[in-house]
Amino acid sequence: MKLMTRQKPLDEIKEQLANLDRVFIIGCGTCTTMTKTGGTDQVLEMKDRLQALNKWVSGWTVIPIACDEMTAAAMKENGRAIENANCILAMTCALGVHRMSLYLNHPVIPALDTLFIAVEDSPGNFREVCAQCGQCVLGETADICPITTCHKGLLNGPCGGTNNGKCEVDKERDCAWTLIYERLKAQGRLDLMRKYHPPRNFHAVPRPRVLRVL
Amino acid sequence: MVSRFKEALNSGKFVVTSEVAPPKGTNLEKMLHHIELLKDKVDALNATDHQSSVMRFPSLGGCLAIKELGGEPILQMTCRDRNRLALQADLLLAYTRGIRNVLCLTGDAIPVGDHKEAGGIFDLDSVQLLRAIRLMESGQDMGGNRLDGTVEFCGGAIVTPEARPIEPQLIKFEKKVEAGAEFFQTQAIYDLDNFGKFMRYARQFPVKVLAGIVLLSSPRMAKYMTENVPGIFVPQYLIDELASVPKDKMLAKGIEIAGRMIAALKRDAICDGVHVMAIGREEVVPNILATAGL
Repeated sequence: MKLMTRQKPLDEIKEQLANLDRVFIIGCGTCTTMTKTGGTDQVLEMKDRLQALNKWVSGWTVIPIACDEMTAAAMKENGRAIENANCILAMTCALGVHRMSLYLNHPVIPALDTLFIAVEDSPGNFREVCAQCGQCVLGETADICPITTCHKGLLNGPCGGTNNGKCEVDKERDCAWTLIYERLKAQGRLDLMRKYHPPRNFHAVPRPRVLRVL
Repeated sequence: MVSRFKEALNSGKFVVTSEVAPPKGTNLEKMLHHIELLKDKVDALNATDHQSSVMRFPSLGGCLAIKELGGEPILQMTCRDRNRLALQADLLLAYTRGIRNVLCLTGDAIPVGDHKEAGGIFDLDSVQLLRAIRLMESGQDMGGNRLDGTVEFCGGAIVTPEARPIEPQLIKFEKKVEAGAEFFQTQAIYDLDNFGKFMRYARQFPVKVLAGIVLLSSPRMAKYMTENVPGIFVPQYLIDELASVPKDKMLAKGIEIAGRMIAALKRDAICDGVHVMAIGREEVVPNILATAGL
């Protein structure tokens, strides 16, 4: 499992750093390292780019797992350099941004957009397979999620835009319901496709979503 | 007041529907002209709902105009732009204004249209919308609350008889029937043998099927549709037939082909009627019908 991220355009980062001229950069050793958006190489590249924008980079680090509680220790280790900066530029996902903000009064500015949770299908190919909707239907859809795989998130079968197994939005993209149909058929469970799915409950876990696990 | 369209469907006659496209803007002139031209020549007129995800004057507004001019409207309702509250609210409004027919559609995807960054809603799908209508008719809304004054609609849906693969489409067709669809307007069909096969299957269900007839205006347009529009396949012999006449006669040839197909569908009692889509050339629909002998 990876949390996918994409670097924001430099202009946007520049705008967010408009009144912040001393920057400490933090990357993450987990997802953003594997997706090459916030590993050591990208952090160093960012350092050069910020310096080219006349920013002073007080230091940088790549925290092993930016979203977990060990981040507190990493922040402490870099205490002085962080104190010398007036902001953190986070090359982590939004979970990392959030985690850092718990330990600091400095503004933590995201350099990345957080996109989706993915599995790596084949080397370098990351695909969203779960939208965390709170009402899993995989048991009835041959383990292919129609919420994430169908552009419209349809529960009751294909729309009229399906064409030779492809989606109307993009001829390269598979139609989720054709995949589900083929797999259910191969499993001899096509009757499941005839089942009516009622409208979704968008509040399966009320927002903001919080769960206490004791 | 019952639906005139439903009466026509149940009368056993060969039913004809067509459609008008509301404008992009407030100039209703063209749409009103098309309504005037068609309202007495067809049993009902669809008003399209942001067709191809392109923002326009609403379908409900188009239907009110059809109603005001004495026509019988079919409210096209997609699930793309409204959640279940808004869809139900529009159904209440439509009913109070004398609209009695609803065509339930999932709706085209947002990225194919002209507001590419908009959020697609799809809170409901076409099957769920059909069921919502039947639920409202029983006096209840989708939240389980009693309605003070209910609705009654002739509910319909679409089907793509030439979809490939066809079986998933047929399963959905049956779900729509179970959800209470009374009539179907099909995606454009050109191969009458294939369509006949579909109709032999569809005849086992208690629904009326109107074959989709899309006017072909040139060989290029026919080829484009075959290559780009899901579920539309124009056979090569029709493309050749269009190409066999000079450019200025192509539209007339397209009208002739459409008329000929409608006449054949009626003669052989293949289906219950037709839904004629002229896509921007609504003014020639009467010519198509005349060519068909209707």
